[in-house]
Amino acid sequence: MTLFEGILLAFLIACAISVSVTRNLLASIIIFMSFSLIMSVLWLTLEAPDLAITEAAVGAGVTSLLFFATLKKIHAIKAEDAKSEEDESDEE
Amino acid sequence: MRNKRFFSRLSDFVEYGSFREEEYTLSPSHKANIDTDTPENRWLTSVQHSERSAPVRLMDWLKLRGFEVFNNLYRIASVIICITLIAVLLSVVVFLPPFGSDDNPAVNEVVERYVSKTVEETGATNSVAGMISAYRGFDTLGEAHVLFVAACSVIVLLRVDPSERRRGRLVDPGMTGEDLDFEPNSDLILRKAAKLLVPLSFILGLYVILNGTTSPGGGFSGGALMGAGLILCSVAFGFGRTQRFFGDGMYHLVKTVCLASYALMMAYFIFMGANGFDDHVWLGVPGSIISGGLILPINIAVGLEVACTMYCFYALFRKGGL
Repeated sequence: MTLFEGILLAFLIACAISVSVTRNLLASIIIFMSFSLIMSVLWLTLEAPDLAITEAAVGAGVTSLLFFATLKKIHAIKAEDAKSEEDESDEE
Repeated sequence: MRNKRFFSRLSDFVEYGSFREEEYTLSPSHKANIDTDTPENRWLTSVQHSERSAPVRLMDWLKLRGFEVFNNLYRIASVIICITLIAVLLSVVVFLPPFGSDDNPAVNEVVERYVSKTVEETGATNSVAGMISAYRGFDTLGEAHVLFVAACSVIVLLRVDPSERRRGRLVDPGMTGEDLDFEPNSDLILRKAAKLLVPLSFILGLYVILNGTTSPGGGFSGGALMGAGLILCSVAFGFGRTQRFFGDGMYHLVKTVCLASYALMMAYFIFMGANGFDDHVWLGVPGSIISGGLILPINIAVGLEVACTMYCFYALFRKGGL
């Protein structure tokens, strides 16, 4: 195991623990995304590039997007539109 | 009040996550009535206590205190079980054979067969593709069906009927109008980045699918890339742009045709002897793009299926329709 892999594995464990500890849902999804990205680099070092591609596209991309859409639907995070409107009204 | 059943309190705990104490405590007036230390009251409680048998008294105690006891035991037991599980799993790791070693139990005649005969029997230089699509073609067919059924159930759960929407009657009252007619007014950075990334991800996805027989990748990876490209396109430019080339009809056509053609190819395998490598399909020159017999069409079918499913999930979650 090289130093690079060791650092990545340490980050992986840190991400895995902080996902379950974080109370903010938005933050935990973003940490989950970074977990998937680190995992895809690890797949590359394990010589499985096909898995790395799938992990990056599905784990980091689509799964997190679906989580974001669900959180917006259950009003756990504020809609971006409402926020930007607020900003605009502030500027006025 | 106090004599509310133990199990209903337990179910409250499971549903609400905490014990709703305030419902079970006595109201002050009620409490005063009982707690007054008059001789009559003391006499009454002592008679009640001695009259009842031990099991009844145990049940009464359970009704009063059982929940707190259960709650504490539950927490202690969950910690103990968790620590035991972690200890068992970590101790198993010590006994695992080293990664990639020659005398691992996983290295047996099946692996030897795959490594030595894949190019000869399936025509695929990427032995993983030969394994997934030719040797274990039925397994992959089952996976494609799982994707199809998952997409169907998402459609059943989340689809909003367009005619209902036009009449202003929403099926789900929690779903607000802005969500349904969602058109992102995304910022400049996202749009410029998407202009660069969407074609790249489509081309890379196509490359991975078409080269599935000769290089790492195949239907699932390439399909995931193309689906991510479709989603990025609809995030950056709005659903109107995606609907122009990938609407409802197109989705159903692509999805069913892909799955049906894959099933037909597998049916052909069954009729030719069900092992998939004595099938009289021209295997091509190993190493070139058109090689591997039926693996290339299977990869294309699976890739399109996966891309469709991913985009379908996103569109249905976002606005309840394709």
